[in-house]
Amino acid sequence: MAAFWHMGGYAPYVWSAYAVFFVVLLADYLAPVFRRRRVLRELHARMQRQKSRDARKAALHATPPDSETDRTSTSPSP
Amino acid sequence: MKWIPHWMHELSSPPTFYRFATVMRPWFLVLALVTTAIGLYGGLVMAPADYQQGDVFRIIYIHVPSAEMSLFVYGVMAVAGFIAVVWRIKLAESVAMQSAPVGAAFTFITLVTGSIWGEPTWGTWWTWDARLTSELVLLFLYLGVIGLFHAFEDRRQGARAASFLVLVGVINLPIVHYSVQWWNTLHQGTTVRLFGPSRIEADMLWPLLVMMLATKFYWAASLCGRVRTDLLSLESGKHWVRDLAQKEGH
Repeated sequence: MAAFWHMGGYAPYVWSAYAVFFVVLLADYLAPVFRRRRVLRELHARMQRQKSRDARKAALHATPPDSETDRTSTSPSP
Repeated sequence: MKWIPHWMHELSSPPTFYRFATVMRPWFLVLALVTTAIGLYGGLVMAPADYQQGDVFRIIYIHVPSAEMSLFVYGVMAVAGFIAVVWRIKLAESVAMQSAPVGAAFTFITLVTGSIWGEPTWGTWWTWDARLTSELVLLFLYLGVIGLFHAFEDRRQGARAASFLVLVGVINLPIVHYSVQWWNTLHQGTTVRLFGPSRIEADMLWPLLVMMLATKFYWAASLCGRVRTDLLSLESGKHWVRDLAQKEGH
């Protein structure tokens, strides 16, 4: 086993080459995994914002048109 | 375009390809890992040391498959780029653009492992000979494609412009491949040949072929991952993506 890791005296060359191979490909594999998660999270947040904006707008339209001065209070009063 | 089979037409629709890529990606990765384990066991443990180079020759099992992939990926990127330029199919644009990072990764690995191999065998990390220089040009082509793609505000327009650069760069592929024959180089000639006997012992050859298969599987897994992520942001307004964000975007 020690002879295997020794690589006939070429251990630094052989193992550094293999390290480059695996590290670069691992980074290549993980990059889209993280990017995908970020894309979905951002889209979800945008949809949530849109939803609350729509809800506010709906509440605004629900107030009777004659209470023009009351426009600022958008909470549905009983 | 009646000659295109129905399943291909179906697969080129983004939501269908997204599902296909999601299912296939882990399988490609498992196949890549299994074949890598077999190939490296054969290459690092079972194959005898080279009579001239000793154990340092074992870098061949990652260097040559990566070098082959650096050309193979460019070829795939060129085919997808051609389809993107001529027929403007969204999936082809995505495949062409998402091929560039993994191609650049393989080209980078080729250059670095070659350099590490060159120092003990040639006595130099780098030399401006035909094979090494044309491979470096290949890396710059990949980086140029990535850069041009990102330089556009409109992603689809950027993909088509960069695809055009891909097609121009195809000229470099035969130069890389035949450089060891056309010029006197420090780099050794072709070892594995499709036609005619390979110039390598069977004990040393089979792990190399297995590793070439392993890198193909890895490439398939990587491309599935990148293209499906790209399709999500390309189609972020569509229902299928919004449904997915609703489910997985927490």
